[in-house]
Amino acid sequence: MAPPKEHIAAKARRPSAAQWGPAPYPVIVADRSGTLIDVNPAAAALLEGAAPGAPLARAVPSWLVRAHEETVREAAGQEGGPQRSGFRGEIGALSFEAHPSRGLEGHVVWWLVDDTDRRLAEEQLATERQRTTFLAEASNVLLASLNADRCMRVTAQLASQHLAEAAIVIAPASGRKLPMAVAVEGRAATHGTVTADPAEVPGLSEALQGFPPVPSRWIDPGLLPTWLIPEDFTGPVGSAAVTPLPGHGVPAGVLVLLRSAGSAEFKEHEEVFARLFAARAGAALSAARLYAEQSDITRTLMRDLLPPQLSRVNGVEFAGGYQPAAARDRVGGDFYDVHPGGAPGEPSLAVLGDVCGKGLDAAVLTGKIRNTLQALTPMADDHERMLRLLNGALLNSHHTRFATLVLATVRRTEHRVRLRLTSAGHPAPLVIRNDGRVEEVDTQGTLVGALPHIEARTVETDLQPGETCLLYTDGVTEARGGPLGDELFGEERLRRALAECVGMPGAAVVERIQMLASQWLHDGRHDDMALVAITAPPTNHLSAVDGHTRGRYTA
Amino acid sequence: MTSHVSATPLVRGLQDRLWTAVIARDEHAAAEVVFTAIENGIDAETALLDVIAPVQARVGAEWAANRLGVAQEHAASAIAERVIAALAHHPAVRTAPRLGRIAVACVDQEWHVLPARLLAEVLTLRGWQVDFLGAQVPTPHLISHLHTYGADMVALSSSIPTRLPAAHAAITACQAVGVPVLAGGAAFASDGRYARLLGADAWAPDARSAARLLEDGIETPVLTAGRQQIDDLPHLGDQEYTLVVRSRPQLVREVLAQLENRFPEAAAYTEQQREHTAQDIAHIVDYLGVALYMDDAELFTGFLTWTAGVLEARRVPGRSLRPVLDVLKAELKDFPRSTLLLDRGRSVLDALLVSGGPDTGDSDDRLSQFALHPDS
Repeated sequence: MAPPKEHIAAKARRPSAAQWGPAPYPVIVADRSGTLIDVNPAAAALLEGAAPGAPLARAVPSWLVRAHEETVREAAGQEGGPQRSGFRGEIGALSFEAHPSRGLEGHVVWWLVDDTDRRLAEEQLATERQRTTFLAEASNVLLASLNADRCMRVTAQLASQHLAEAAIVIAPASGRKLPMAVAVEGRAATHGTVTADPAEVPGLSEALQGFPPVPSRWIDPGLLPTWLIPEDFTGPVGSAAVTPLPGHGVPAGVLVLLRSAGSAEFKEHEEVFARLFAARAGAALSAARLYAEQSDITRTLMRDLLPPQLSRVNGVEFAGGYQPAAARDRVGGDFYDVHPGGAPGEPSLAVLGDVCGKGLDAAVLTGKIRNTLQALTPMADDHERMLRLLNGALLNSHHTRFATLVLATVRRTEHRVRLRLTSAGHPAPLVIRNDGRVEEVDTQGTLVGALPHIEARTVETDLQPGETCLLYTDGVTEARGGPLGDELFGEERLRRALAECVGMPGAAVVERIQMLASQWLHDGRHDDMALVAITAPPTNHLSAVDGHTRGRYTA
Repeated sequence: MTSHVSATPLVRGLQDRLWTAVIARDEHAAAEVVFTAIENGIDAETALLDVIAPVQARVGAEWAANRLGVAQEHAASAIAERVIAALAHHPAVRTAPRLGRIAVACVDQEWHVLPARLLAEVLTLRGWQVDFLGAQVPTPHLISHLHTYGADMVALSSSIPTRLPAAHAAITACQAVGVPVLAGGAAFASDGRYARLLGADAWAPDARSAARLLEDGIETPVLTAGRQQIDDLPHLGDQEYTLVVRSRPQLVREVLAQLENRFPEAAAYTEQQREHTAQDIAHIVDYLGVALYMDDAELFTGFLTWTAGVLEARRVPGRSLRPVLDVLKAELKDFPRSTLLLDRGRSVLDALLVSGGPDTGDSDDRLSQFALHPDS
């Protein structure tokens, strides 16, 4: 209980009727029994029938009557205590907060504060917040992937969760089929294609073309073809909208929204919201579609630049390994090829080389060199001549880059493999002998594409069954790293590693060297690295499982 | 991989015959063992998981025990690879895909392709459309694959614990494009706790349980929140991992110099012996790094225990590891988490030496990374 002194002080501050008369808020005073004692002009203007002496119930809405009764009850219980507040309700079309304060003789003075605008603003704010959150989340989800199918599924699912009961995303046709993603009530979308004519749906064909721009439009649900209505959509369709997804130059597709007959039609602000969502979905879808197109193009152009998959050719095992300088690249300035001889008895030509520079620019030139060399395969017995022709072709091209390479003519006779090797400015090939020696093949020559005249010395050597000749690029030996961080992998280390590879299949030799070099690098930067192993298969157990040469040389 | 425990006598017989063929580097005979078994009615999954996989596990174990050379080990893997490839084309095992699409890949710099390869084949047999991306897939390649071809799930394999940070990068990148990740392989620990720590959506101890999990479905990651890598491992905020990993060459150099000061025999090492020692020190720093990354001491102490075991097997006294830890501790005295790890390492090592030699325990794939010592 409050001390008496304060009680007296509080009494002295109580306002008189004269004070609240001109107050800008409606004020009414009622006694304990609910009879109006006083009404200020603002209150009189607001409340019809509010005059001193009138019962409260006739002048004010029921929520305020209940508030008064409650306040009186509480005041009786706790003399001088704080007044409860937080009463609110509607008077006519407006919304009010009602604040009671203690008047004389147990009267209650009601101050009514119009909060209609604030409440509207709050409601709008909450809706806008919800939408912003949704749009932000939708952007996160939509922009995460550049996969067009996934974008379509996500768009349909989000739309069916927030905009309508069912959503269908239709992408521009590929051939006669329409790619389509369907979602109902926020469940995971299904993706597939339908063979259907978009002209069956009003506005669909135009929207799918992406240009000229068409507004989203309402269509008569009765006109919807059955293929457009999801199987698990309950009840008849009440309203349907066709909204184009803006694709910024690329047709991104169309969003079809369906609501059942029972639910509310679209309001104007919902349409604005749907457009905002469509803009995001469209941007994501068109980015995904552009990415797909670009990666298609890249794949096609790159197909011939990728290092080939090597296997056994005419009784000789070939294995290759390639690591481009940058992890994101697939091609670079190193290259290798194996061109089988025209007939089984003819020699094959293996090539491994390195164009100065890395990345795509270098890769383009490797393509040119590889094509030229392939055309020169028939003269595989005369390496010097091949190199002279290649040199001429490179000097006459607009490329200013030069290249180093090794040519290997490979012929199997009985169990041995005869090699003719020529280096053109390239690290010499290494041969792993069965007795554990690692021999360097003593071939030397000028690099190609720089000087008008070139020279080269071809060296012959034989591989006994189980022996391997390794061609490699300097990316391997110049890999910088190791435990101390700045040492070159170097030829000596390569030789030591190869000495441990006696009798290993060529593919295993390549993999082992690749692994050692990359562990040496330890995430460090490196140049392109390429390796080709040419192996004379061991005689007693030839490969039986690589397909076309099954059992051919099994002695 | 599967164990031999439940193997029937028939399967055990096949294992022994395949082992003999693989050790003789006889690809033809190896293929014959598997193909005859398939033609006699063994199903392909059994051939892969109960015949080929255990034989490969045995190859690894024999190498750890220094009973197989590196050439034999590589030859054995190459033979297994080719037999698996041939098996995939066998008409008796071809399956039309009827389930979803799965990308199977090894973490960047992960060269142990076999576990992933086996999983890819098993999933194909069970009706998934599998894109097998192979060994050491750089994360940008994995992600561009997901953008281009899409996938319902990624199965990510890693055997070497030091690749866990790379695995983390791959896991979060896949999830960021909305594709859930199933992690597997020895790197994630025998109970998968590292997979959970890195936020993988699922983890499986072997190919069969992986297939089961995938069939039950794995929930798609929630993208709305925009999760970041650091959210999984808030301790990375102290930057210790980055600083220690970045100064690896200096640390190795310092430890090497001090070892040579303390032990005259170390000063007399040949260039090659010196390099092996440097490599071993570098591995210790690597494991210290990954223990800092995961904030898990067991990664570091486990590696030390295992290394001590391998050293003993190669007749190098395990106590030679202790001065390495001492020098590292002095060098890293300003790093509280590193200091703690080095202390733990030291006490584990001491206990081990007192108890009279470490138990090598199960081999795992750490060994292929561990180049050993003067005379190995």
